[in-house]
Amino acid sequence: MASSLTTSIGKIQLDKPAMLASGILGISLDVFNRLYRSGAGAVVTKSLSNEPWEGYPNPTIFSVNGGGWINAVGLSNPGAPNFAKMIESNQNVPIIVSLVGSVPEDFEMMIKEFTNCKVTAFELNLSCPHVAKVGLEVGDDPELVKKIVTTVKNSTDTPVIAKVGLGTTNYLNTVKTAIDSGIDAITAINTVRAMAIDVETQRPILSNKFGGLSGTPIKPIALRCVYEISSKYDIPIIGCGGISTWEDAIEFFLAGASAIQLGSAIGDNWINVFDDINNGILQYMKQKNYSTIDEMVGLAKKF
Amino acid sequence: MRWWDLQRNFNHTTIVTVEKVIDETPTVRTLVFSDDVMSTVLPGQFAMVWIPGVNELPMSIMISKDSGKAAFTVRKHGLASTGLFNIAVGEKIGIRGPYGNAFDVKEGKLLLVGGGTGLVPMMRLLTSVKPTDDVTVLIGAKSKNEVFFEDLANELLKNNSHNVIISTDDGSYGEKGFVTDIVEKLVNESHFDAVYTCGPEKMMYKTVQSAHSRGIFVQASLERMMKCGVGICGSCCVGEDLACKDGTIFDGNHLSKNTEFGYSHRNKAGILEDY
Repeated sequence: MASSLTTSIGKIQLDKPAMLASGILGISLDVFNRLYRSGAGAVVTKSLSNEPWEGYPNPTIFSVNGGGWINAVGLSNPGAPNFAKMIESNQNVPIIVSLVGSVPEDFEMMIKEFTNCKVTAFELNLSCPHVAKVGLEVGDDPELVKKIVTTVKNSTDTPVIAKVGLGTTNYLNTVKTAIDSGIDAITAINTVRAMAIDVETQRPILSNKFGGLSGTPIKPIALRCVYEISSKYDIPIIGCGGISTWEDAIEFFLAGASAIQLGSAIGDNWINVFDDINNGILQYMKQKNYSTIDEMVGLAKKF
Repeated sequence: MRWWDLQRNFNHTTIVTVEKVIDETPTVRTLVFSDDVMSTVLPGQFAMVWIPGVNELPMSIMISKDSGKAAFTVRKHGLASTGLFNIAVGEKIGIRGPYGNAFDVKEGKLLLVGGGTGLVPMMRLLTSVKPTDDVTVLIGAKSKNEVFFEDLANELLKNNSHNVIISTDDGSYGEKGFVTDIVEKLVNESHFDAVYTCGPEKMMYKTVQSAHSRGIFVQASLERMMKCGVGICGSCCVGEDLACKDGTIFDGNHLSKNTEFGYSHRNKAGILEDY
């Protein structure tokens, strides 16, 4: 029996289940093409805003001893209009466009910019933990989530994903609000709000003081969230958070994710990580006699 | 004992104290510090340097005459570099790395072309040449008061057949004219086995063209807006390459196919701008 890496996240069909997470390497179409050639099933862009953002001054990233990164890049991005122009020529790469904004109109305007682009899905960033008035501050406000998701769903026929994270509101309520407002899928989770202080100079290291923790330390938390969402709601899930090996990927499938996203693992293991994980998943499937990823999704919930 | 005490986590910021400050020119200084890891890096590698309370920036790792020590040579230019320039003896900075690849040091007749603080990796490269190599170092500057590392280059090459050439745009010292015109003249007149360059991008672009078009092995060290330094943020991309992770050193063969090299770079928001 032949095993296949293809997967569906609701209406979204991908040839391979590991995609590039938002915020990572997502500036040039040339890099997207390279990632696609290297085994990424899709690439999620940096979160785009209406206007270009420079982000925070350096230091914007910190390596935690024992594993993981804390970043406060500050959602630097060229702005949706510039970005849309850049990817107009794209034919091959499944691109998921991540959007960030404060009000429904921000998202509506940005989606119009992509009318002439081949876009696989939009991912709404409702969970960035280090920029004011957007991200988590939006995700923590159920009324705003409802308005944004409803508006976005009315503005496009392209599938829409909500990326949730751990804020002050129970994230399961944010997920429910998004589902009730018509969302097509959920990405869980974003980085977790964190900080680092240098003991020698006695000051916070990141220029923004607070950033988001990513990498292996948050993997068990992300896995728990995917399991909880999948146990409670009938919605396609993309697992994200500290995944760095094929075993991690399988864990997320078993918890209920249909696809996964990679971020920090690229910094640690570079671009080959996509093929390494794809190959590992395929070996596991052959060994366990699975022909599709879908056969594995959510299996751990039966215990 | 924790596992990370056994081996230094190169990505984790290490605090070092500046022990000596050398004024190279009115706008360029070299800050010397002790660090075993940074003292033995390969030619062309860089560190991310944290100036507490100011910023963090990528810096090529300069050599020091003393063992166990390394340095950063900085020109005051923007906020971050001026912050580093103003660090006094006894003050602390954070370092992480080393990052990036290294020059592929060939043997034979070598030409090194450096402009400004682009000379830093060239000086470290000089510590890797063999006594049998014939080395030409070409130092480009706008005018006489911006020339530095001439004596150092001669000192490092005292056991080699060598030639240190200075060119200034205004002719106030050495040969008058642009470095790239002299490169063109040199590669026309004699055979070189390899050319290495670091400095302003237009200078590197023409140097790479002069060498590559004649089939000479050439490498350039690229500079781009860099935030993370570890292949995560993507700020430093040059076409499909990431300067921090794939470079910063690329060879002429690769660069000749890159449409951004020599023409454009990205700003802090990631928007492509012309040089």
